[in-house]
Amino acid sequence: MTSGWSIYIIVLTVGNILALTWLLWWTSRRPAGESAELETTGHVWDGIEEYNNPLPRWWLILFYLTIVFAFVYLALYPGLGRFEGVLGWTQITQYDAESARISERQREAFAKFQDKDLLALAADHEATEIGSRIFANNCAVCHGADGRGAPGFPNLADDDWLYGGGPEQVLASVRHGRNGIMPPLGAVLGEQGVAQVAAYVYQLNGRETDPAMSAMVADGERIFGMQCAACHGVDGKGNQMLGAPNLTDDVWLHGGSFEMIKRTVRDGRMGQMPAHENLLSEDQIRLVTAYVLSLSQRETR
Amino acid sequence: METAYNDKIVRQFTIMTVFWGVVGMAVGVFIAAQLLIPALNFDISWLTYSRLRPLHTNGVIFAFGGTALIGTSYYVVQRTCGVPLFAPRLASFTFWGWMLALVLAVITLPLGITQSKEYAELEWPIDLLIAAVWIAYGIVFFGTIVKRKEKHIYVANWFYGAFIITIAVLHIFNNLVVPVSLWKSYPIYAGAVDAMVQWWYGHNAVGFFLTTSFLGMMYYFVPKQAQRPIYSYRLSIVHFWALISVYMWAGPHHLHYTALPDWAQSLGMVFSLILLAPSWGGMINGMMTMSGAWHKLRTDPILKFLIVALSFYGMATFEGPMMSIKTVNALSHYTDWTIGHVHAGALGWVGFITIGSLYYLIPRLYGRTEMYSTRAVELHFWISTIGVVLYIAAMWIAGVMQGLMWREVNPDGTLTYAFIESIKATYPYYAVRLLGGLLYLSGMVIMAWNTWKTARMAPAQATRQEDLALAQTA
Repeated sequence: MTSGWSIYIIVLTVGNILALTWLLWWTSRRPAGESAELETTGHVWDGIEEYNNPLPRWWLILFYLTIVFAFVYLALYPGLGRFEGVLGWTQITQYDAESARISERQREAFAKFQDKDLLALAADHEATEIGSRIFANNCAVCHGADGRGAPGFPNLADDDWLYGGGPEQVLASVRHGRNGIMPPLGAVLGEQGVAQVAAYVYQLNGRETDPAMSAMVADGERIFGMQCAACHGVDGKGNQMLGAPNLTDDVWLHGGSFEMIKRTVRDGRMGQMPAHENLLSEDQIRLVTAYVLSLSQRETR
Repeated sequence: METAYNDKIVRQFTIMTVFWGVVGMAVGVFIAAQLLIPALNFDISWLTYSRLRPLHTNGVIFAFGGTALIGTSYYVVQRTCGVPLFAPRLASFTFWGWMLALVLAVITLPLGITQSKEYAELEWPIDLLIAAVWIAYGIVFFGTIVKRKEKHIYVANWFYGAFIITIAVLHIFNNLVVPVSLWKSYPIYAGAVDAMVQWWYGHNAVGFFLTTSFLGMMYYFVPKQAQRPIYSYRLSIVHFWALISVYMWAGPHHLHYTALPDWAQSLGMVFSLILLAPSWGGMINGMMTMSGAWHKLRTDPILKFLIVALSFYGMATFEGPMMSIKTVNALSHYTDWTIGHVHAGALGWVGFITIGSLYYLIPRLYGRTEMYSTRAVELHFWISTIGVVLYIAAMWIAGVMQGLMWREVNPDGTLTYAFIESIKATYPYYAVRLLGGLLYLSGMVIMAWNTWKTARMAPAQATRQEDLALAQTA
C-alpha cells in the first residue's frame, strides 16, 4: 500500500468516527430556546407531530463505548492503512500458530505408531480408528464412506487390486497417486472392431454370450491379441505393474455390461488417484494406508 | 380543498406487493422443502435449488420489498409534502418498468442466466432497465420533495431519499461489467477486489434496501397508526446520519478470514460494531412513539405487526454486530446461523413492517378505514409470528451446531465429523424451518384474500372520483 492510500484510509476512518462523536455531542446538548420536553417541535406533516425528547442516556453511553472500542481495536490490530497495530497480529500468524499447535498434538498422538510396520498397524484398533477418520475426511468423497467405491472409483474393501494390495503398493498409491489410462480405441478399431473385442472381453470371465455376440468372439480374440494383450496380458488377467485390470473376474471398475465394455474400448478411460504426499503428513499416510489394508482383511476374513 | 393525490400508482404497487410476497415466499418454502427432500427438483434443471434460490431472494427483496417501498414512498411523500406526485407519467413508467424487470427475473433466473453475484444475479440488460427505472423513481420522488408545500422535509423522506440515492450508486457500480453476449457478462473487477465490491454492495443492499428504506416506512405508519407524535426529533437526526455513514463500511465483515487484506476486515468489523447504536436509535424512536398508546396493542393487530417488527429489528441489529466480531464470525460464518440472522431481519423486521403498513394503507386506497376482516389480520399476525420464531430458532440451533461440528478436532488432528455428518444432523431443523416458512406463507395467503375482499367491496365511486381528479391534474 502506498503512503497516499494509507493516509486516505486513515483520514476517512478517523474522520468518520470523529464526525459521529461530534454529532453525538452536538445533539445531546440542549441549546436555550429549543422546545421543552413533552412539547412538540411545532412541525406537522399529514397530522404527524414530533416531540424532541433528549437522547436516552444508556443509549448515548452505549454509542460512546462502541467508539472507544473502535479506537482501542484499531490501535491493537491492523486497520488504519499501513499501521500494523501494536499486537502485530495478522490472520496469517494466527493460522500458523494454530497449525503449529495441531501439528504438535499430532506428533504426540502419532509417536507410538512410528516403529510399527503397516500390517501391524492394520491390526491395531487405535491406529485404524485414526486411519478411518483420515479416510472419512480425504478419501470417502470418491471411495465411499465404507470404502466400497463407486463406478470409476475402486472398491477398497475387497481383495481385488489394480496396483496390488500389498502394504508397499497401497502406500505408494496413497503417496504418489495413480494414473490409470485406458486409451480410446474407437478410431483405430472402428465400431465393428469395438463390438468384436468387447464381445470377446465379455465372455472372458465365463459368461454366456448370445448368438450375435458369439459370432464376434473369434475376431475379437484376434484384435485383443494385437491391441490389448500388451497391457491386459494374453490371458486377460491384467498387469498390476501397469494398473491394467484383470478382465477374467467379476469386478468391473467401469461397468461390465456389453454396452459399457464397448464404451470403455471406444472412448477409453482416465482414472486418477491424486497424490497425497503434499496433502497429508507421512504419519497420516501410513495410518490411512493401514486402515485401507484393514478393510480388505476384514472382507477376506 | 383536499389535495388530489395520485393514489392510482400507489394502488398498483400495493396490490403487486401482496402478489410478489406470495410468489417470493412460496419459492422460499419450496426450496426449503428441497433441502429436506432433494428429489423435489424432479431432475428438472429449472427447478434445481441453485436456480430457485436466487429467484427466492430476488422475489422477496426486490419484488416484494422493492415494490412495497416504491409504493409506500409515493404515498408518504405526497402526504408529507402536501402535493401530488411530480411527473405522474414517469411514475407510471417506474411501475411498468419495475414489473417488467421482475418478470424478466422470473424468466431468466430459472434458465440459469446469472452474473453469479449474490443479490445482483440479474444480467446486464435487466440491470440497465433497473437503472433507468431507478433514476426515474429518483426524479419522481425528489421532484415531489422540491415542489412540497411543507417547509421542513419529514424524517420518513430522509430515509426514503437516502435509500434511493444509495441504491442507485450501489447498483451501478456493482454491475459494471463487460458484456460478451446478450445474456452473459464479466465484471470489470477481479479477485479480492471483485469480492469486496460485491459485499460493499451486498451488505448495503441489506443496510439501505432492507433497513434505511423500511425505517422510512416505519416513520410514517407507526405514528399514523398509533396516533402519537414521534418520540424524538434529535434522536432521528443522530441515528439517521450515523446509520447512513456507518453502514457504508460494514461490507468486509462478509469476508473475514479470506484473501481480503487484514486492515479492510478490521475496518468492516469495527464499523459493524459501531452500527449497533444507530440501529437501536431507530428502534427506540419507533418503540417510544408508542408511549401513551400501549393499550392499543391489545386490540389493534396492525400495531402488533409494527411493534413486533421493531422488536425483530432491534434483535437482528444486535445479532449482526455480534456476528461481525471475528471470533464469533469464525464460528457462525458459512453456517445456517447466517440464514437465521437474515430471516430474523427479513421475516421479522422487513416483512412485519411492510405487512403492518399495508394493512393501514390498503383500506385507505379503496376509500375505507379498515380491512374487510380485522380478525383475519389478527390471525395473520399470530400465524406469522409463530412462523418466524420457529424459523429463526431452528436456524440458530442448526447454525451453532454446524459451526461446532466443523471445528471439532480429534487428538490426532483429524476432523471429528465429515461434512455430510453435519448435514445429516441438520435435517430435523430443516423440517422445523420448513414448517415456520409454511406458516409465514399461509399468513401471506390470508393477507392476499383479505386484500381481494377489501378491494372488491370498495365504494367504487370514491376511487373513480379520485382518478378523475388525477386525470385533471395530469
